[in-house]
This record gives sequence, C-alpha cells and structure tokens, in this order.
Amino acid sequence: MYEGVVQDLIDELGRLPGVGPKSAQRIAFHLLSSDPADITRLAEVLGKVAEGVQFCETCGNVAEQEQCRICRDERREPNVICVVEESKDVLAVERTREFKGRYHVLGGALDPLSGVGPDQLRMRELLARISSDEVTEVIIATDPNTEGEATATYLVRVLRDFPGLTVTRLASGLPMGGDLEFADELTLGRALSGRRAL
Amino acid sequence: MAGLYRDTGVVLRVHKLGEADRIITLLTKKHGKVRAVAKGVRRTTSRFGARLEPFGHVDVQLYPGRTLDVITQVQTVDTVAAGLISDYQRYTTASAITETADRLVSEEGEPVLRLYLLVLGALRALAGGERDTSLVLDAFLLRAMAFAGWAPALTECARCGEPGKHPAFSVQAGGMMCGRCRTAGAVHPSPETLALLVALLHGDWDVAEASGPGARRDANGIVAAHLQWHMERQLRSLPLVERRGRDSDGQTRPGTVPATE
Repeated sequence: MYEGVVQDLIDELGRLPGVGPKSAQRIAFHLLSSDPADITRLAEVLGKVAEGVQFCETCGNVAEQEQCRICRDERREPNVICVVEESKDVLAVERTREFKGRYHVLGGALDPLSGVGPDQLRMRELLARISSDEVTEVIIATDPNTEGEATATYLVRVLRDFPGLTVTRLASGLPMGGDLEFADELTLGRALSGRRAL
Repeated sequence: MAGLYRDTGVVLRVHKLGEADRIITLLTKKHGKVRAVAKGVRRTTSRFGARLEPFGHVDVQLYPGRTLDVITQVQTVDTVAAGLISDYQRYTTASAITETADRLVSEEGEPVLRLYLLVLGALRALAGGERDTSLVLDAFLLRAMAFAGWAPALTECARCGEPGKHPAFSVQAGGMMCGRCRTAGAVHPSPETLALLVALLHGDWDVAEASGPGARRDANGIVAAHLQWHMERQLRSLPLVERRGRDSDGQTRPGTVPATE
C-alpha cells in the first residue's frame, strides 16, 4: 500500500475495464513522472467528460455540438444511412474511407438477457428519420454476432414496408489473411451463400 | 495435457471479459452448468468465436482453471442457433429459455441431464418453426419448473391434495385449489386453460395446438406468474418476449415498432 493520494490514484485506475492492479500501478507511476502540464490536460478532459458528453440529436453519435461533424457535413450523402450499434463503430466504418453517407447510432443491440428491447434503443428516432428525410438506402452494420443479427432481423421487419427504401446488410465472410481450413462452418456457410460473380 | 475434458453443451449466455475474451456459460450434458473463458473470441480472426454465440449447440474441450475453466477447442454439433436469430419472436423466446435454465441451475458442475435435454428440445422446436413459439416457451417453463421441484398442482388441490378439476389457481399455494381451501387472490382459469396447462406440462401437443387464443393468453399469464413467484426474481428477458402473433399477412406496418409484452 502506498500513502495517500498515490494509492487513491492506483485504486481509481484499477476500476477501469481491463486495468488490473499491476497495470494501475504502472500507469500511476508513469503519471507521477510525467510533465505536470500533461496531467493538468488529462484532468481537464476528464472534467469535461464528467460535465456531460453531448450526443448528436440526429444520429446519436458523440458530438461537440447539437449535431455531429458528419451530420453537419453537406458533402455527405443524406439519402444513405448506415445503422451501427455504438459510436466506436462509426469510427470503424469511417476508417475504410468507402462510405460517404450518414450514420445512425442505435446505442446497443437487442439483448433480452440484459433487458434491452426495441424501446431501449434509438429505433423510433431511426424510423422518424426515414419517414421525414429522403432516405433511399439503409445499411445495417450491426455486429455479426447473435445480438447484432437479431437486431438486423428486427430492423428488416420494421423497415421492409417503407416504399422505395432499400435495406442492405454488411456482407460477412472470410477474413483477409486467414486459412480456409480454419474457418468455422457458420462463417464459411455465410461466405458461400453470399458469394459473388467475378 | 492432463485434466482436459470434453463435453457437449448449449451456450446459455456470454459476457465480455477484458479486451477480446468472453466468459461463456454452457449447459453441458455430463458436467451440468459450466462457466468457462474463451480467449480472443471477440477478434475477427478467432477460430471458434462464431461457434460460441448464444444458443450454439457445441462439442467443447476444456481445461480446468483455478476459478474458471478455459475453452481450448470447439466444434458445432448442429446449427440450431441460425434458425433462432433469423426471427425476432424466436430469438426473444430462446433468450427466455436460456435465461430460465441459467437461473434454475445454481450449482456449477452438477449434471442436469433432464434440463439439458429439455433446453435442447425447446430450442430445436423453436428453430424448426413448426410449433407456436408461445406454446413452446410455456411448455418449457412448466417442465423446467417440474425439474426444479416447482411443478404446479393441476389435477389435485395444492393444499389438501384432493384429486379432481378445481376452480381456482393460486400462485402462492402452487397450483389449483378446491372450493374449501381457496384463498383470496386466486384466479379462476377456464376449463380450456386448465386443459392447456396440463397438456403443456405433459407434452400433449394435439390438445395444446387445438387451444384457442384466449386460453393461450391466460396460460401465459399463469405460467409467468408461477415462475416468477418461485424464482423470487424477475426474469429480464420474459417481459421482452414477443408473444403477440403478427398481422395476418405476417407483416408490420411501416413506421411502427412492433410492441412487446
């Protein structure tokens, strides 16, 4: 046990996900040896987070203003919406530099075991957006796991009757750099059913 | 490696652990409920991540750890999960089934073959899509409660044991009650509802499927109330189960989120 505030810092850091007691100690001593200006900057950022992070009123992404950077950008196609579970998924799709449309962050996936149903997600906001804006395509980019797939199934059911709306799902298949023999049968099965002509 | 063991099981639920791991709760054939760590399964390059998703029926190899066992190999036995996640009604029903099974088994490592077979049978029936999901769930809940020793008394009085068809059902008493024993707060199910409950408990599907919507709705309520009373805790997935049949054309209107009960 260390004395006073150093031990408090280690205890607080140790409460973060994925940070064990040893890592917490290492981070604490790194901070102690850092430039005081760096620590002040970190404290200021944490203070701003504590005051409350703003979410885009259109898409639900983390934002600095009422609307996020992507929703404010007039160069982005307003008629294509990519539906993702979390804000971090927006970043993942943005890194591809392939998508020029806008996003809608649901805030999670349908997970009855955790008590998350359609009312706990931003489903109604999505439907309102599609009803009012000139949306022609919704790309469902939820995680390719049980909860994400069930959410996609649900969305397809809710969206399929909108006239002129195309609903698509991200393709799933074999990861680059892998061996076919190690692919699991679910992924390989999907890769086969989603094969494309060359 | 010494200590390795192998078993067949159903994935009841998964929890995130650390950066890319998961804790998998399995209901296995020989070892009952097992909680084990699956390392790196959240990475897209994981060799067996897709097999360890909820409702997966898998053949696993485990290594006993200090607190949790570690999953070293996984093979899919059958793809029952695919039929469950392709339909939201089936997905919510399957979630209620796995949550009930998870709650009913408090002791890890104790074989619970009857419950294992019951869970597997219910998930297969759901995935097959031949039976009404609501009936499958109620049949599972009644039989799972019977396994736990909480089978409702349907053909005799829950208090005095007098055989026969009695008029009232009391959740607190644990079943039907005769005119003499009846307590305040007991409900009065119709003879059709009672016949449906008996049929579901004993797997008489001809009678169960011939039942009307009113009897099914009443049976839903009685089974849910009986389960929650005995479990002493609210099941999180049960209120989210989509019980209502869809519109006659199987579609929902655009712009509406289908209601859950």
